[in-house]
Formats: sequence, C-alpha cells, structure tokens
Amino acid sequence: MAKKRYMQAINEALFEEMERDPKVILYGEDVEISMFGDTTGLLDRFGRDRIWNSPICEATLTGMAVGAAAAGYRVVLHMMFSNFIYTGFDAIANQMAKLRLMTGGQVKLPITVLAGYGAGSSNAAQHSDTPYPVLMNVGGLRVAVPATPADAKGLLKEAIRGDVPTFFLEATGRGGEQGEVPDEDYTTPFGVASVPREGTDVTIVSMGTMVKPAITAAAKLSEEGIEAEVVDCRTLVPLDEDSIIRSVEKTGHVVVVDEARDRCSAASQIAAVIADKAFPALKAPVKRVTVPDVSMPYAPNAEHAVLPDANSIVSTVQAMLSGS
Amino acid sequence: MTNVNAGPTPEQLLDMYEKMLLIRGVEKQLSADFKAGQLPGAVHLYVGQEAVAVGMCEHLDDTDWITGTHRGHGHYLAKGGDPRPMLAEIYGKSNGICKGMGGSMHVADFSKGILGANGIVGGGLAITAGAALAAKLDGEGQVAVCFFGDGAANQGVFMETLNTSTLWGLPMIFMCEHNTYSEFSPTDTVTAGELADRARAFGMPTTVVDGNDVTEVWKAAGEAVARARNGDGPSFIEAKTYRIHGHIEAEVHFLSSTYRDEKEIEEWRQRDPIDRLRAQLLSSDVADEAQLAEIESRVDELVEASEQFAQTGEPASEKLVFDLMSVTP
Repeated sequence: MAKKRYMQAINEALFEEMERDPKVILYGEDVEISMFGDTTGLLDRFGRDRIWNSPICEATLTGMAVGAAAAGYRVVLHMMFSNFIYTGFDAIANQMAKLRLMTGGQVKLPITVLAGYGAGSSNAAQHSDTPYPVLMNVGGLRVAVPATPADAKGLLKEAIRGDVPTFFLEATGRGGEQGEVPDEDYTTPFGVASVPREGTDVTIVSMGTMVKPAITAAAKLSEEGIEAEVVDCRTLVPLDEDSIIRSVEKTGHVVVVDEARDRCSAASQIAAVIADKAFPALKAPVKRVTVPDVSMPYAPNAEHAVLPDANSIVSTVQAMLSGS
Repeated sequence: MTNVNAGPTPEQLLDMYEKMLLIRGVEKQLSADFKAGQLPGAVHLYVGQEAVAVGMCEHLDDTDWITGTHRGHGHYLAKGGDPRPMLAEIYGKSNGICKGMGGSMHVADFSKGILGANGIVGGGLAITAGAALAAKLDGEGQVAVCFFGDGAANQGVFMETLNTSTLWGLPMIFMCEHNTYSEFSPTDTVTAGELADRARAFGMPTTVVDGNDVTEVWKAAGEAVARARNGDGPSFIEAKTYRIHGHIEAEVHFLSSTYRDEKEIEEWRQRDPIDRLRAQLLSSDVADEAQLAEIESRVDELVEASEQFAQTGEPASEKLVFDLMSVTP
C-alpha cells in the first residue's frame, strides 16, 4: 500500500489498462494536456493511435464510442465536465444504452465514459452538476461514483475490462485528496458497497462526493454519543441494496446523503428501496439530505448554502433521533 | 480494384437487379402485411430508393460496415442480410435477426457488417464515424458507410461528423438519400441551400447523382469506396431520389389531409429505378426476357419463403429483455 491522490489513482488505472490491452483507446476534449490530471502522460507512453484530442462535439463523441466499441475497441471517452454529458445525451440514451437489446444481443459495448462532477468551486450552474440520476434512469448503463483513491482505481479498471457501457463520475473537487492504494493489480467489483465506519444508532448512506462529509458528520455525532454507520454505495447501478438494508436493520434509522437535486435523486431511489424492503426495521421515516431543486449558483456563500455538508447531516440525524 | 469508369460488369448488373427486386418484393409484401393488420409495429418502406442502397453495397464486403435509417430494410438487404430473419424480426418473432427485440427500425446483422437501421434521424452518422475510426486503427482497408436522409442532414451531428471524419481522415462515406420528404414535410420547406455544399465546405470530395439510376450510384460509390480504402478519407454522395410510399404505412389512418399530389408520385414512378435497369439490361443484351423471368421467380420464391419463416416463428422471449439489459455480467 502507498498513499496516492485520487486523480493519480485514476491516472494509474488508465496507464495499466492501456498497457494491458492494446484495444483500449481513449479520446476526448483536451485529454492530451489533461485538465484534471487524470490523462496526464498517456500520450507520451501510448502515442496518438491510442489517445488523442477530439473536437468539442459531444453528440459525435458519444456516438463514435458506440461505433468504435461495436467494431471491436474498448473505448474510454473523456467528457471533461459532466454537464457536457447532456450535450452528448442522444447517443447515450438512444444508442449506447439500447443497442444491445435492439440487436438481440449481437453487440457488446465496452465503453467507459469519464467525467468530473460536483459543485463547491464556484464553477456555476453549467459546470457543477451531479448528473447520475438521469443516467440511472436510462437503463443498461453502469454508474460508478468512487469516493476514495483505492476505489477510483479499482472501479475504473473493472469498468474498462467490462462489456457494459459505464459512466465513471470523478469527484473532481476531491481530486487532490490522498488515500491508501494497493500496490498489486486489482479491480473493485460493481454493486458492492463499503462501510467506511461502523455504528449502531443511525445509518448514513452516501456516495461519491458525499462520503467524506458523511464520515466527518459521523465523527461529530460520536462526540455526542451517537454512533453512526456510514455506507458508501461506490456504484449506483448496480446498487448494493443488501448492504444498505443490512445496515438499516441494524440501526433502525437512516439518512441518505446525495449531491444530486432532490427530485428523483439517487437518494430518493435508495429511500424507496429502504421503504420497500426494510420498513419493519424503521424507527423513524427515512430522511434525505440533498441539493434542493435548484441549479448551482456561482457566489460561494449561495453555493454552499444549497450543498449538503457535515453540519446539515449532523442536524438531520439529531432531529431524527430526538423525534422532532 | 473495380474500374468504375468502365461501368458495372454484366454479372454485377444482374446481381444488382436481383437485389433491387428482392428489396421491392419484400417491401411490397410488408405493405400488404401491414394492410392486413399482421405487423405489430410501424414500417417505413424503401420503395423507389432501391438503387441507392444497392449501387453502394455492390462495392462492399461483409467486413465493411454500414448503418441504415428508420427506412432501413433496403440497406440491410443490399448489404447481404438474409430476408427470412429480417421479416421474422418485423413480425416480432424469436427467429428474428434481433430475436424480436428491435423490430423494423433496428434490423441489424453484425456478421454482415450491418450495424443496424436506426430510429433516430441522423443516429447512424456518429456510429459510422466510430466504426470508420476502428477501421482506420485496424488498417486493413475496411470502410464504413452511413446511409442517411435529407432530413438527417439538418441535424447538428451531420456537421460534427463532416468535420471529425475529414480532420481524422476516416474511411467513411456519407451516402445521403435525398428522397424529397422529411417525414411529412417537403424537404425544401425545412432545408436551406444545397446539401452537397455543406460537405464541400469541409473540402470533402462531393458528388450529386441521380439516385434512381443504379449505374450512376454505383460509379460514384465506387470512387468514394476506393478513396476510403486507399486511406484518402471520407466522401459525400447525394443521391436524388423519391419515396414512393408514405413516411409510414399507417399514415393514411391518422393524417387528416394529404401532403403530396398523385401527379408528383406518378412522375417519379415513370423514373422507377428497377424498370430503368430492366430496360437497360434488355437493350444492352446483358440478359433476355427468359433470364430476367428466372431471376424474378427466384426472388418471388425467396420473398414467399421469408414470409413463411416469419409467420411460423415462435413469439419472442419475454425473459430475454432482462438478460440483454442486465448490467451485472
């Protein structure tokens, strides 16, 4: 094990998978110079037959990923900011997600789409979205939202080796954070949540950018004698429902924290799953800590006012446990 | 490599005649099946446009890629797709080429390089560019052809793929079928300027041909395919043609008025690509009446066998939907 930054772990995964399989290709806007640092150095190692800059034309980039994957390549498409997924959404929703079904299983589409997501840096409304709810709803797509360097590396390697189109959403705001990463070649399975902190009084379900505030909140609650268990979903499609239910059955209280807008969020899906499958265990209604149904404002104070953080998680848990 | 200046050989002309007849036969059968209430979904028929798909695909091998449109039966058949599982697909049967999961607008056979018809107008453009990218990386001389309509040329992705394919020198052919209507709207009411000028702006080799003359299509296609195979990048061909049937067969049931007059349709019937090729085959002594009659009866038998194959197929699997959409391997 060695300490590595989140973006460094993603970069290593790309190097290792491109080294491992010559059919892995990577393209996207400015991947040669690399805005986030995740594709740094790949051009020098692999050359322009394997990684190259594309024009800014998302509708074509997503469609080309489908064609190149159908014709035998393992495509990694970098879409920079996740808001740009919307610009390329036709080929995602109408082709990528549906082609396997529509062709009766004649095609596999090994496509990994990378994009940075999340707010908190005054990037304003068009560079700050958390777009996974729409991706979860399309069907036929996997969605990974790693919170730690180790999970980022393992999930990305698993995504690239898999045959299902996968969205790998990078918590760019956490790109510089460090964590222990195994030295050996490893992958992290989809559909398996982790429990970064165990507890008995309340479950805090979290994902991606929200895992760290959830852990911070749990530490604060512990000072008050409340032991929170933090579940990190790691992937939203597939979702590890069993781990969530198991934790809720242990604690009887649950708060779901999500950086997506509240309506039809990952949190509302998880809340519905809990209501369906763990209702008898619940001692209080499921609570969600999410972004209200607004676009992200620019001004730092206004932005932070709508983002979930450790304090809003703590106060939600306190209110729940006090019965108010 | 084919010498396109010399024109198609007699064998190629007869092969193209048979393929065009097969497409016409299948489409006429489907039109009758639709009228008889036998088809579960909508069908968009290719009657009148057969020379475009056939003139192009005569130059292609199974290892070359094509994408089609929502009016895609002709592209599938021209590329060598089997009509039996295609009809079964349109009937929604388990012996369909896509096991009944795609239907008319999604007929595909990857083993023949047919990446599929597509229900999204312009949906095939970027997919073809991706297949062309793969072909370029493979370096084995494969090409990728996108059939798309004049309507699709108004999608933004058309401009994007013209740019990207030119920039990257992709072995791609833009085969624009200008069939005079964008769904129910006359093209000149929704389209500014000349389509070919759009491709010309990128410095792409561009040709406009009579899409109802299979030899003319064949020549332009041959030049474009040769350029792509030689690594000389993409080409654009606009084939002027006409959609003899409506946008969809069902339109007579829901449109409150007509949108084109019989006289216009009749004028284009006089330029029917199959009639023209038949007359040419006879006048140039490529074939006599007896030889053509033999081809025609062979096609009739295949259409009948395909209909039989489709009608006797088992219903599609309801479980398969979940297997194919599963995200857990």
